[in-house]
Amino acid sequence: MAEDFFQGYKGASLDALKKYNVRVWGQTKIDTSRGTFEGTVLPRAENDDDQHIVLKIETGYNIGIDISTIKNMKETGYQKANYKIPEKEFPYSDDKPNVKLFGTGGTIASRLDYRTGAVIPAFSPGELYGAVPELADICNIDTEKLFAVFSENMGPEQYIILAKAIGKEIQNGVDGIMIGHGTDTLHHTAAALSFMVQDSPVPIVLVGSQRSSDRPSSDAALNLIHASYAAGHGDIAETLVCMFGPTSDEYGFLHKGTRVRKIHSSYRSTFRTIGDTPVATVTANGIKHIKKDYNHRRNDKNVKIMPYFNDKVTMFYYYPRMKPEIIDSLVDAGYKGIIIVGTGLYPALKRATEKGVALFMTLQTIWGYSHMFVYDTGRDMMAMGVVPLGNMLPEVAWVKLGWALGQTEDIEEVKKIMLTPVNDEITKREPYNGYLVYQGGVPEMENFVRKVHK
Amino acid sequence: MSNFSPKQNYKATMKAIGFVERKKATVKDYKRIGFKSGLEVHQQLKTKSKLFCRCPAGIFHGNDDYNAEVVRHMRPTLSELGEYDGTALMEFRTRKEIIYRLNNETACTYEVDDTPPFPIDKEALENALEISLLSNLNIVGEVHITRKQYLDGSIPTGFQRTAILGVEGEIQLKNKKVRLIQLSIEEDSCREISDIGHTRIYKTDRLGMPLIETVTYPDMETPEELVEAAEYIRFLNRSTGKVRTGIGAGREDVNVSCKGGSRVEIKGVAHNKWIPLLSHNEAFRQYALLNIKKIIEKKGLKKSGFKIIHKEIDFSQTDLISKPINEKLKKGFKVIAINLTGFKGILSHFTQPGVIFADEIINRLKVIACIEKPNMTHSEDLKPILSTSELNKISTFLKADKEDAQIMLWGPKADIPTALETIEERILMCFDGVPEETRKSFADGTTIFERVLPGSDRMYPDTDSAPIPLANNYIDSLNKNLPIAISERFKQMKKWGIPEDTHKYLLSKNMIPLIERINKDFGFSPKFLGCFIGQTFKNIEGKKPHHIKFTYNKIYGLFQYIKENNLDADIAKFMISDIYNHPEIQFSTVLEDINYRKRNLQEVVAPIDFLNEKFKEINTSKDENADINWLMGQVLKQARGNVKMSSLRKEIEKKIK
Repeated sequence: MAEDFFQGYKGASLDALKKYNVRVWGQTKIDTSRGTFEGTVLPRAENDDDQHIVLKIETGYNIGIDISTIKNMKETGYQKANYKIPEKEFPYSDDKPNVKLFGTGGTIASRLDYRTGAVIPAFSPGELYGAVPELADICNIDTEKLFAVFSENMGPEQYIILAKAIGKEIQNGVDGIMIGHGTDTLHHTAAALSFMVQDSPVPIVLVGSQRSSDRPSSDAALNLIHASYAAGHGDIAETLVCMFGPTSDEYGFLHKGTRVRKIHSSYRSTFRTIGDTPVATVTANGIKHIKKDYNHRRNDKNVKIMPYFNDKVTMFYYYPRMKPEIIDSLVDAGYKGIIIVGTGLYPALKRATEKGVALFMTLQTIWGYSHMFVYDTGRDMMAMGVVPLGNMLPEVAWVKLGWALGQTEDIEEVKKIMLTPVNDEITKREPYNGYLVYQGGVPEMENFVRKVHK
Repeated sequence: MSNFSPKQNYKATMKAIGFVERKKATVKDYKRIGFKSGLEVHQQLKTKSKLFCRCPAGIFHGNDDYNAEVVRHMRPTLSELGEYDGTALMEFRTRKEIIYRLNNETACTYEVDDTPPFPIDKEALENALEISLLSNLNIVGEVHITRKQYLDGSIPTGFQRTAILGVEGEIQLKNKKVRLIQLSIEEDSCREISDIGHTRIYKTDRLGMPLIETVTYPDMETPEELVEAAEYIRFLNRSTGKVRTGIGAGREDVNVSCKGGSRVEIKGVAHNKWIPLLSHNEAFRQYALLNIKKIIEKKGLKKSGFKIIHKEIDFSQTDLISKPINEKLKKGFKVIAINLTGFKGILSHFTQPGVIFADEIINRLKVIACIEKPNMTHSEDLKPILSTSELNKISTFLKADKEDAQIMLWGPKADIPTALETIEERILMCFDGVPEETRKSFADGTTIFERVLPGSDRMYPDTDSAPIPLANNYIDSLNKNLPIAISERFKQMKKWGIPEDTHKYLLSKNMIPLIERINKDFGFSPKFLGCFIGQTFKNIEGKKPHHIKFTYNKIYGLFQYIKENNLDADIAKFMISDIYNHPEIQFSTVLEDINYRKRNLQEVVAPIDFLNEKFKEINTSKDENADINWLMGQVLKQARGNVKMSSLRKEIEKKIK
């Protein structure tokens, strides 16, 4: 491919660059009706308009030049940015556990190229060591990029690839597994791996960051440190999500992959265990267990990999007076299983069950159990074949139904799989402190957040 | 040289570099040392909201008035060279735990970096653009929000969101043009509550308030020019009426260097009147550091291979840890004796008035190694805490030569490695002359080390914000409503005949538009108004802070009342004090308070004949105007507000001559 001299420029701004023979990375003097500007022409973001040229001026700032004001433009030099990241060799040591880090496409660690402002992902062990040197004090890290997709595009194919890769690593005798992941669908993947990888002898820890790793206050490094500790040294051999406990830089939580949910778009402390307590807290110095009952680390290499998924599964959020044709259209489209998030009675449900579609219900309230037998409509729905899923989280239910239907289309078999918990996706009881997301304004709570770093 | 005296050495080195007091310094002195200086003028904008979130701007809280605390640590991010820049490295070494105090009224999730930025505040952007145009800057076509890294924790994200609005401008001082590099709009930082050991506490009320920064080229060659430029920029900002005033609303960073020195930035100077002394002392401090370089080179010392020699002192060596040091030790402290080969006479070398080179080390130990002061003593202390014999024992312990100098360092065990690195680093810098750094200023005109000066390699685009185009017609419309340039204002005041000593006050309070309005609407002369505001009113204002209800518009109201009631303008001088102190008072009540009664000229001068007879009886003066002056005094109160003083005098003259 020929070199792209005009990265990101299009239309009028591209014409302007061509007219004056100026390239991206060219040091350029631009005379305009607003005065003279000097700097290096930078690439332009593809979604930005075609009326401006981006310049990095000597003081390091970027500015845009309106092409309609340009009188003349002259390239006085040229220096292309170098994107290469220097690596430092990761210092392996025999007395440290071996942890495998799988990359899925999200950026866990990164570096900045100040010249371009580009954020360059750091992923190889050497790059990671350069960005977060503390990791070498915790474990030996080996990395493998399985695929590169955005978090929102992670789906069944990726779950299956991941599950198989994890199985292989466990057979190779790794001491722990980490998976770098974007946060928006982190809990979907965590649920999928909880079902697809069973009886693991080692911890499988999913980790991400809420603030990009190019910023000094990012949560990425600390999450990575916590996750590598949990993977390398932790005793909890389950699929876990490791993210900030409080928004302060203090400790991380280890959440069960089946009970965790992202509940704030941008807070660092966005992941919460719903309807239960987190399994443990973690720092670089150790793990403090909250739940006593968990699967312990073992020395063998046995693991059950169940990489099944039927993607003819959907879920929808109920709203009052939802029209029955929505369900009809899903049935007509050939869906084999539906998770209903919410309540409500639909004549269409009957038709769906008659067509052999598996119908399950979870709560729109997120917290609590679906007590369908308490209400008339609930009893009617059950009579029509809708199965309540206790306190299973909606996203987990969707994942599990896909996984179940990937194994069998026998409705009774599917029901059995759905109602038999693999790892606490349905719990027998909800502890009193399983429903705590603190609320502001209450004096006792205000006093608490004033004293405790939230 | 057994009778070496640190005090004498301090004086001798001060003389050797030709230090002169600020008061006695002349242009020639500044030429000799090659004084060069530039400014970064920070000015808060007057807006309702903060710059990137919708929290209110301009509400401030006490240190303990907070609802929650959040803890963060700042990690340096690597540049493309794979190296930490100087500041980054220093801040990482300090391993600070940063605590932010949040008050719900003034901070939301944006301030603690738990929510991405909202679109930029339009009011702030417009105010800043207006000031950019007034500063004759080339306005950019599109505003790009940039992140500027700060690792000291003063901004919870670890970077400041900032954007350039214009480049390459200029301002016209009395005798020279000063070039401007750029003007940026940015979010203000946190206010520090405390910084002790490894914990720094900030409050977040000011964080995120809109601020502009005007940066000049280093065109100023004397402290006088520097303060003139600072004032000019302050007046220019205030002339828009769209900036905040009061404590902390305007702050200057002053960049100073001397010939052969380095760029040193004196941060956050809150008062322009401090600038001359601070810049003067800094230029001489650099000159002194260059002299130190000269001395050690002459001694034949070499940078390459130079190492400090240090030995830990065991607590059993009680002869070495004498009482004065022992008193300063806390649990877990270590004591280290350090020998600086060939450094005799350097530690007590003059750097600033009352300050010696050793203080550079002491302050770096506090900032970089986080060891609270006092953290060391040394063989050349101006106020020695160790006796000569105690110092001799330490020197023997270190097997030191008589041309060496010694330091006794103490601090928490964990901080000692960084402390030793810090000392060696500062000693090695002596061979290069003046380290680039930012310094904190004190009211006495001295400064201390604050941080390593960050490079320009810490800027990168804010991926959370879209570029903002500035169309030609928008810039044109702003251009049409600009206030008059400050250089023009100076000419205007001169033409009006307003005395020069009032100019600074009138500009700093942006009073000229008020004078113009009163003159245009009621016809009172600008000269009279300038004197009234710049002298009478200024005196009253200087005695007491503003009543919350008082605005300068009251002065407009006063002259409107005077005009409507056909009073003589001079009465304003007697009414203003009452109005300033009780802004809600009726003007007619003020007149009663000062015993005003309506009289015409004839009524005022009616008792003159009688009074004149009286005068003749009692007069002892030989002054030929004594009678007029005395008579004027007798009827002055009755005349006030009714008759012009010149008309009264004429009338009295007519009656008695």
